Amino acid sequence: MGEITLGQYYPSNSILHRLDPRVKFIGTFVYIVGLFLVRGPLGYLFAAACLAALIVLSKVPFRFILKSMKPIFLILIVTMLFNMLLTPGTPVFRFYFLKVTREGLIMAVRMGIRLAFLVMGSSIMTLTTTPNQLTDGMQSLFSPLTKLHVPVHEISMMMSIALRFIPILTEEADKIRKAQIARGADFESGGLISRIKSMVPILVPLFVSAFRRANDLAMAMEARCYHGGGGRTQMKPLRYAKRDFASYGVLALFFAICIILGRLGV
Amino acid sequence: MASIIKATKLGFDYVKYADDSETPEKVSAIREIDLTVEKGDFIAVLGHNGSGKSTLAKHINALLVPTRGTMWVDGIDTGKEEELWKVRQKAGMVFQNPDNQIIGTVVDEDVGFGPENLGIPTDDIWGRVEDALAKVGMLGFRDRSPNRLSGGQKQRVAIAGVVAMHPECIVLDEPTAMLDPNGRKEVLEVLRQLNKKEGVTVLLITHYMEEVVFADHVYVMDAGRVVMEGSPREIFSQVERLKELRLTVPQVTELAWELRKSGVEIPEGILTIEELVDALC
Amino acid sequence: MLIELQNVCYTYGAGTVYEVSALKDINLKIGEGEFIGVIGHTGSGKSTLIQHLNGLIRPTSGRILYEGKDIWEEGYDLRSLRTHVGLVFQYPENQLFETDVLKDVMFGPKNQGLSEADCRARAVEALKQAGIPEDLYTSSPFELSGGQKRRVAIAGVLAMDPEVLILDEPTAGLDPAGRDEILHQIKYLRDKRGITILLVSHSMEDVAQYANRLLVVHEGRIAFDGHPRRVFTHYKELEAMGLAAPQITYIMHALHDRGLNVELRATTVAEAKRSILMALSERASLKE
Repeated sequence: MGEITLGQYYPSNSILHRLDPRVKFIGTFVYIVGLFLVRGPLGYLFAAACLAALIVLSKVPFRFILKSMKPIFLILIVTMLFNMLLTPGTPVFRFYFLKVTREGLIMAVRMGIRLAFLVMGSSIMTLTTTPNQLTDGMQSLFSPLTKLHVPVHEISMMMSIALRFIPILTEEADKIRKAQIARGADFESGGLISRIKSMVPILVPLFVSAFRRANDLAMAMEARCYHGGGGRTQMKPLRYAKRDFASYGVLALFFAICIILGRLGV
Repeated sequence: MASIIKATKLGFDYVKYADDSETPEKVSAIREIDLTVEKGDFIAVLGHNGSGKSTLAKHINALLVPTRGTMWVDGIDTGKEEELWKVRQKAGMVFQNPDNQIIGTVVDEDVGFGPENLGIPTDDIWGRVEDALAKVGMLGFRDRSPNRLSGGQKQRVAIAGVVAMHPECIVLDEPTAMLDPNGRKEVLEVLRQLNKKEGVTVLLITHYMEEVVFADHVYVMDAGRVVMEGSPREIFSQVERLKELRLTVPQVTELAWELRKSGVEIPEGILTIEELVDALC
Repeated sequence: MLIELQNVCYTYGAGTVYEVSALKDINLKIGEGEFIGVIGHTGSGKSTLIQHLNGLIRPTSGRILYEGKDIWEEGYDLRSLRTHVGLVFQYPENQLFETDVLKDVMFGPKNQGLSEADCRARAVEALKQAGIPEDLYTSSPFELSGGQKRRVAIAGVLAMDPEVLILDEPTAGLDPAGRDEILHQIKYLRDKRGITILLVSHSMEDVAQYANRLLVVHEGRIAFDGHPRRVFTHYKELEAMGLAAPQITYIMHALHDRGLNVELRATTVAEAKRSILMALSERASLKE
């Protein structure tokens, strides 16, 4: 029922949950870069082993991580198909005008693995980090940009509010849809145009409600003395602990291995 | 003794443009309101929808500033812009829709939001958050997502968010309107505890009559004015007047009133079942 | 029988670890012209139950019959069922979307495929029954007061000319007068138009006042089914379910315990008054 894993925190007390969000943020970035460095089966095996270790450490049930794959499943299939069919090279088999090449197959598998690992890797970050910590981490990492007049605090506040309201609005959209079906609305049949038109009875109320909520929330924030980032303290400020430095070490090691495996092409 | 909330001749006008006219029209949301609340009181404000009670509430928190008259919170004129944050810290506010006032994605982070804005040192925030959550009985839920709480629990978290700011008084704008009966009971119980044990002044806006029985003083609003004022008993002895004002009384009060009309000799303004039973038996 | 539920079960997330059994073996018959109150605490399954009645939710097992026909049989016209069984959700004003009140109310009839003129006639009729004055027909629904919005939204369902009207807490968030207006209108619909009503409510006083049958839903089952007067005699069991009886019930029991011979089954102010006056005069004549 409107469950979105991306940006949905899974409460637990694992080592990954306790890590500094900046470490997790940089770690995710490093992991993604690593994924694109390695090219051979050994490299992917290594990436898979690391991913598996992270999942175990995170104490998040595997099905939650799998659920994050759902929205990108179609993209995954399409990417794999394109790679399979459009990469030139030695044909493995033909089907009418379509030909599948050896290189294409390899490419498709490679892209599939990269994409899948990428999504799973970043979902580990979002599952073990509260959106607030996540935005705190980004705010801290990007804070040098404040000097260039980038409203870093405001952007991160907007993001964390968006994350809080996504599940609420999804649920609300579902309620409105049902209510309109009860008034005889038909969202299933008809061509593209009439289907888009039929969305109006859902979208208008949803926007109205989103604006009302935004208005209420702004008032509630003001009532609680919110006045931007200036003069604000933090309840959970970011402070590196020993485990965070150790994690940076592990990350560096991971990165080095990825570079070596990539160079070797295994 | 200094009063915590004081309003004299308070009025608020806003400008509205009617559908097809270019000329602005001045509308008074509230007018000529005199009100004094002593520290430690439990005050209820009653009124039907659109009677101006929300507008009044927003003045106490300086979300609105009076266009006529003056509003003082703990001796501070809310119209003074430089005192704005002080006023808002002293008079915390809880709103109707629990979903639209929780900012944090984890319960304790939300309660910490106010103290963060006040610039309280980190270690003190933790103490305040724990203390506030304990006072509303939500300490066990500190790591939960607000989305998974019941309506009553969400409102208790919202109250904790205000309590953590160490206010002198809490203004609640129909905090129970969207809750089920159990949620209403939870919230009311928490408010009575805060008032009795912690001495926090409570100003509760509601249209549930059962909720005002325990108040020290009741104001009834209509068309932007205070039209009745007194103890719950004084208010509830005027059943007909309340009905005119689009309000009703608890069933026990209505029954007692009906019996009195039929000639049964019982006192006016009966508020509880015990009172009625004692009067009849 | 108008609506009949046979052994209806519903499980959320069937086959996953999240499996929650929301309805367990519900058997229920709803006859024409009934005014049924539905009570149960939040999460008891009452919202799931009412969404089964117009085919918004498909039961995991069991059958739902409308006028004797299985609504989940192949080829059954669910859309036309939804015009017979109107469902007004909680806070229905959240579904208003048109530029003016009249157009919004016409949305339902239009979906039924009626002509423009018929749609208009239906909408006007429904708005009248919902007590919306004519000068508001061309207003934007977003400019109305809370109570008016609510009534326009109810008119939007009424305009489909349903035989059954299900309302999920239609009075939530309204002030006392707004509550009474909506409830009077619902009673009028039932008395004058013969519409069968199912009213989901948290107010025991309201269901005692209006319903002639009361369903108590608890943990996915129907715990009690009967006239409110009878159901509320089980007030101790209701309390154990997180519910209560109307204040009147408690008054009558308290009076009875103190030796006043009153009717324990009274649930409304009028009934209580009559019974107390009788008991008082009885006591007076005994003393003489």
